[in-house]
Amino acid sequence: MSSSMFFNVTMVLYMVSTCIFFAFLASRNKAVGLAGTYAALFGFLVQTVAIGLRWKESYDQGHGHAPLSNLFESVVFFSWTIVLIFLFIDFKYKYRAIGFFVIPFALFGMAWAQLGLDSGIEPLVPALQSNWLMYHVITCFLGYAAFAVACGISIMYLIRESMEKGGADVQAGGLLSMFPSIRVLDDLNYKAIMIGFPLLSLGIITGAAWANYAWGTYWSWDPKETWSLIVWFVYAAFLHARITRGWVGRRAAILSVIGFAATIFCYLGVNLFLSGLHSYGK
Amino acid sequence: MTTTNKRGFAQEVWDFFCSLKLSIFLLIGLALVSIIGTVIPQGQPPREYLATLSETKIRLYSSLGFFDMYHSWWFILLLYLLTLNLICCSIKRLPRVWKVVSEPVLVMDDGLEKTLANVKDLKLKGSKEELKERMAAFLRAEFAAPVITEKNGEFHLFAQKSPWCRLGVYVVHFSIIVIFIGALVGSFFGYKAYVNIPEGGAINQVQTQSGKIINLGFDVRCEKFSVSFYDTGAPKEFRSVLTVAENGQPVPGFQSRAIIVNDPLTYKGVTFYQSSYGQSDEGSLYHITVRDRKGGAPLKLDARQGERLALPGGAFLSVMEATMDVRPFMRGFDGPGAQVEFTPAGGNPQPFVILSDKYESFNAQHGGDLLISFDGMDQKFFTGLQVAHDPGVWVVWFGCLLMVVGICMAFFMSHKRVWARVTDSGVTLGGSASKNPAGFEICFDDLVDKLDKA
Repeated sequence: MSSSMFFNVTMVLYMVSTCIFFAFLASRNKAVGLAGTYAALFGFLVQTVAIGLRWKESYDQGHGHAPLSNLFESVVFFSWTIVLIFLFIDFKYKYRAIGFFVIPFALFGMAWAQLGLDSGIEPLVPALQSNWLMYHVITCFLGYAAFAVACGISIMYLIRESMEKGGADVQAGGLLSMFPSIRVLDDLNYKAIMIGFPLLSLGIITGAAWANYAWGTYWSWDPKETWSLIVWFVYAAFLHARITRGWVGRRAAILSVIGFAATIFCYLGVNLFLSGLHSYGK
Repeated sequence: MTTTNKRGFAQEVWDFFCSLKLSIFLLIGLALVSIIGTVIPQGQPPREYLATLSETKIRLYSSLGFFDMYHSWWFILLLYLLTLNLICCSIKRLPRVWKVVSEPVLVMDDGLEKTLANVKDLKLKGSKEELKERMAAFLRAEFAAPVITEKNGEFHLFAQKSPWCRLGVYVVHFSIIVIFIGALVGSFFGYKAYVNIPEGGAINQVQTQSGKIINLGFDVRCEKFSVSFYDTGAPKEFRSVLTVAENGQPVPGFQSRAIIVNDPLTYKGVTFYQSSYGQSDEGSLYHITVRDRKGGAPLKLDARQGERLALPGGAFLSVMEATMDVRPFMRGFDGPGAQVEFTPAGGNPQPFVILSDKYESFNAQHGGDLLISFDGMDQKFFTGLQVAHDPGVWVVWFGCLLMVVGICMAFFMSHKRVWARVTDSGVTLGGSASKNPAGFEICFDDLVDKLDKA
C-alpha cells in the first residue's frame, strides 16, 4: 500500500464530505450534517496515515525526512491542517454548515496536489536539513489553516448578511436557517483568527530563528518574509478593529477574506511570481 | 486663553497618537506599502534595473527610495509612528487596566450587578455568619480564595482568577518595542560580511557589505572543504573544516571543526556560516603519467600549478588548466582532462589537451616519443563563508519570547471574577470574565449547581 493510494482515498472522502454538507444545507437534516463531519474526519484519518506512510517511504529510500519539503508535500499538509482546525471548531461549536465553506479548501488542495504537482520524494538539499524545518512549517501552516477556516466563515457571514438585507426570511427556514446567526459567525471568525494569529506569529519567529541559525540574519526583507509580515499586519489590524465599533461585522469579514487572500499569496504567489528564498527546491 | 488653546492643541495631538484608528490605518498602510518592495527587486546594481525598467521610472523609483524601500525615510517613519502610537495607546489605557488588576472591586452593589451577564439568587438556609463561612470555604475549594468585606450589614465575598492576563496586550506591545531595540542594537553595533578562504589558507579580516574591513583579532583557517551529491545530482552536503587560531596557536575546542549549512561556528560573538564554495586554482596538484612509446616502465609525475616539469629526454611540460570531468567541454569524453603546454627538447611550445589513459589514441596524437596522460588532480576548493556579528540578536529573541507569552496571556487566558453577596435571606452570586463569555457561563452555572447541591 503506497501513500499515493491513501492520498487518492483522502481526496475522494473530502469530495464526499463536501457533497454531504451540500445535501445538509438543502435537506436541513441534522443527521446529514453529522455524516458530513464524519466523512471529513474519516478523510482526515486516512490522510494522517498517508502522510505517515510517505514519511516512512522517504526512510525506505535512504534519506528520511518529514514530508514537508516540497510544494506537493506542503499543499497536502496545508489541506490536512485545514481539516484539523475545521474539526476542532466543528466539534467545539457544532455549526455543521461551516463545513460546506471550509472542506472545499482542503478538497481543492488535495486535488491540485494529486493531479497537478510532482509527487516524487526528493532528498533534502543542505539548506533544508534542519529540525527548524518542522517547527517552522508546522506553525506556519496551522496558522494559514486557521485563516482559511476564518475566510470560509467570513464568506458565510457576507452571504447571510446580504441575504438578510435582501429581505430573506430567516425564521421560515430555507438555506439561511442552516447558517449560524450573524453574531455567531462574527464571533467564530474572531475565534478562528485568535487561533491563527499566535500560530502565524510563532511561524514567523521560528522562521527568523532558523534564518539566523542558518545564515546569520533573522530578517532580510526577502519577499516571503515581507509577505508574512503583511499578513501579520492585516490580522493585527483585524484584532485591533474588533475594539472599535465601526470595524466589526461586515468590515471584519471583508478584512478576514483579504487576509486569507494575502495568506495564499504569501504561500503560493511569492513562489510563483516573485524571486527569493523559499522556492520549494524547484 | 492662550494656555487653554495650547492645552487644547496638545490634547488633540495626544488624542491623535492614542487613537485606535491611527493604529488600524498604520497597520494596513504598512501592509500595503510593503508590497512595493516585494514587487520591485531590492538593492540590485543599477545596470540590473536598466534591463527591465525605463530610465524615467528608475529616476522616479530611486527618488522615492523604492530600490531600498525598507530603509527609506518614509518606511522607517511609518514604523516609528506605529511605535509611538503603540506607546501612547499603552500609556493611556494601562493605568485603567492596572487599576482593575491591582484594586479589584470587592463589593457587588446594584450598579455592578446590573452590568454582569451572570447573576443568580440562591435561597440558602442558615445565618449570615454561617453562610459567609460556607461561601468562603466553597469559593476557596471550587474557584479561588475570596476577600471578605462587610458593608451595610451584608457580607461581600470576592474571588478572582488570573487577573494579570489583562496585561497580555501590553506585554505584546512592549515586546514589539524590545524587538525594535534589538534590531537597532544590531544595526549600530553589528555587521554582516562575507569571506572566501582557500583550502589550507587563513584569514584574519573580513569585508562588510558596505565595504568596511573588519579585523577579527583571530585567524580562521580552512583545513578542508568537501561537497557531496545525491544520485540525482542535487547537492547533499557542503562541509568546511575550520580551525580558529589566536597568536598563531589553535584555540582548544575550535580545532578542525566541521561546519555545514545549518550548523555554523561561533567564536567570540562572530559566527561563520557555510554559504558558498568554488574551485581554487592555487595549490592544486596534478598527476601525470609519462611513457616512452618504445616501451619501458611508466613514469608517474606530480606537478603544481604553473610548474615546468622536466620530462625524460629533455622535454618540458606545464599544466595550464585542468578539470576532473571534461564532459561539459568535450562531447563524447569523460573523466579528467588538462590543457597543457609541451615543449620538446630544443623545440617550440605546443599547447594541447590530454585525457586519462582510457583515451590512449587521443593522447597519442601529441608528445613526440612520449605518451602523456592525465590521471587527475588533488582538487582545491575555497569555501565561501557568511560572517555575522549581531549583539542585538538576544534582545530580539527576548522580545520574541515576550511576544509569545503576551499573546498567550491575551488570547488564551481570561480574567474570571466571582462576587457573592451574603444576606440573611440567602446568597447572590455574580460573575464575569474578560474573555470567552460562553465558556464562563458554563463555569458559572457549574458553580451555582454545586452550591445548590451542597
